[in-house]
Amino acid sequence: MNDSHKAGPVPVEEKVTVRVKDLDLYYDRTVQALDNINLDIPDRQVTAFIGPSGCGKSTLLRCFNRMNDLIDHCVVQGKIIIDGKNILKKKIDVAELRRQVGMVFQKPNPFPKSIYENVAYGLRIQGISKRRVLDETVEWALKGAALWDEVKDRLQEPGFGLSGGQQQRLVIARAIAVQPKVILLDEPCSALDPISTLKIEELIHELKTQYTIIIVTHNMQQAARVSDKTAFMYLGKMIEYGETNQIFTNPAEKRTEDYITGRYG
Amino acid sequence: MSDLNLGQHISQQFNAELEDVRNKVLLMGGIVEEQLGKAVLAIVTGDSELAAVVEENDYRVNALEVEIDEECTRIVARRQPAASDLRLVMAVIKTITDLERIGDESKRIARMVHDELAGSMSEDVRQELEHMGDLVREMLRTILDAFARIDVETAVKVVEFDTRVDTKYVSITRQLITYMAQDPKMIPGILDILWAARSLERIGDRCENIAEYIFYLVNGRDIRHLSKEDELAQMAAAKDSAS
Repeated sequence: MNDSHKAGPVPVEEKVTVRVKDLDLYYDRTVQALDNINLDIPDRQVTAFIGPSGCGKSTLLRCFNRMNDLIDHCVVQGKIIIDGKNILKKKIDVAELRRQVGMVFQKPNPFPKSIYENVAYGLRIQGISKRRVLDETVEWALKGAALWDEVKDRLQEPGFGLSGGQQQRLVIARAIAVQPKVILLDEPCSALDPISTLKIEELIHELKTQYTIIIVTHNMQQAARVSDKTAFMYLGKMIEYGETNQIFTNPAEKRTEDYITGRYG
Repeated sequence: MSDLNLGQHISQQFNAELEDVRNKVLLMGGIVEEQLGKAVLAIVTGDSELAAVVEENDYRVNALEVEIDEECTRIVARRQPAASDLRLVMAVIKTITDLERIGDESKRIARMVHDELAGSMSEDVRQELEHMGDLVREMLRTILDAFARIDVETAVKVVEFDTRVDTKYVSITRQLITYMAQDPKMIPGILDILWAARSLERIGDRCENIAEYIFYLVNGRDIRHLSKEDELAQMAAAKDSAS
């Protein structure tokens, strides 16, 4: 087997936005959910994490904006370097980190507010209240999330009134309104119909010109469609990380092959 | 031997579909082999009845090509195969195109069989053509065997073997040119023999193509359009890294 295809750093010419070094994560001290993860996530590309349920892909994703802090007894060791800083350090401002690293979940979770206020929320928290700035940003973010044309005439209506796919794009607009560096997507389409799914995928393709995107998905075809890099995880380990084209046509590892072709592992 | 584990999908139906496609390729290969054997026999013995049988039966090869093609399209649409499954489907689609062409070349050889031909074929040319026919049939048999077992090593043999067919073709051509120079009246008949030899040579090339698809299927690398030396070097390198 060719060693260059195995899990490991991406080639040096790519700018790395997120660098994961020797990452271990334990739930309850005894349950190890992540085991020695090392990977470099390139700037302004889409990186997909795939793997069976419980393999640790969502856990890893949640490390990037310290969502695991919310879980008691969760211990994280190693380093995650974003913008030259190890974001696992105690003194890191987690609110600021989460502004830089936005997250979108499986089920759309708009706030019980108007469409406008949903998008403006992050800005208001930052203390921005100038109407003109808010208006401009809301329009810009909704356009960026490919939702503007569908909602521009009803910005004051509640976010819950939108369809599932629209709500998911609203949540993406809310995430990009605060101009993050990285957007984390945790199964963003699993609750959506195929057409809404394609819209989100199209949006991902547009967003990657400005943001680094990391997506967790159970839908392998989706990973194949949207991502530039794919990481296959199994039982808390990074089995293989490489170019999506290579992973889906000629994976180096047998476990990757078995998983993506639907074989008994 | 391969470790493609075709029968290990969680979906039994997918197993069955891939297995079915593979079996049909082998069935098609069997028919093409039979067609080629008969065509060669017909031309070296001047048996025009046998030649007619070959021409008639070409439709069976064509029908299988269409059927397998459709089946592959269905698999792509419904299963979205990935990795080795994807490479298998791609290799099958390409292989059947070459098999169908081998069928066409066999038909073309059979078409050259007519009464005047016997007069233009000297015994030494007949022997040379028969020998070339044997070599090409051996190539086809070997490559079908390699496909059945998804065996790169056997496929490599076919690539090496093709050199002998090419050499043979050059020597037959030289021989025929001599005869044409000696007696221009013989030229039409001799040209037909030359076309037949040309078809055999092309069949050898198509067997080599199939060898390249098998290599792609197993190693995920495309070695088409390399020089023969480079191609064999790639095959040797893949073998070394696998062992």
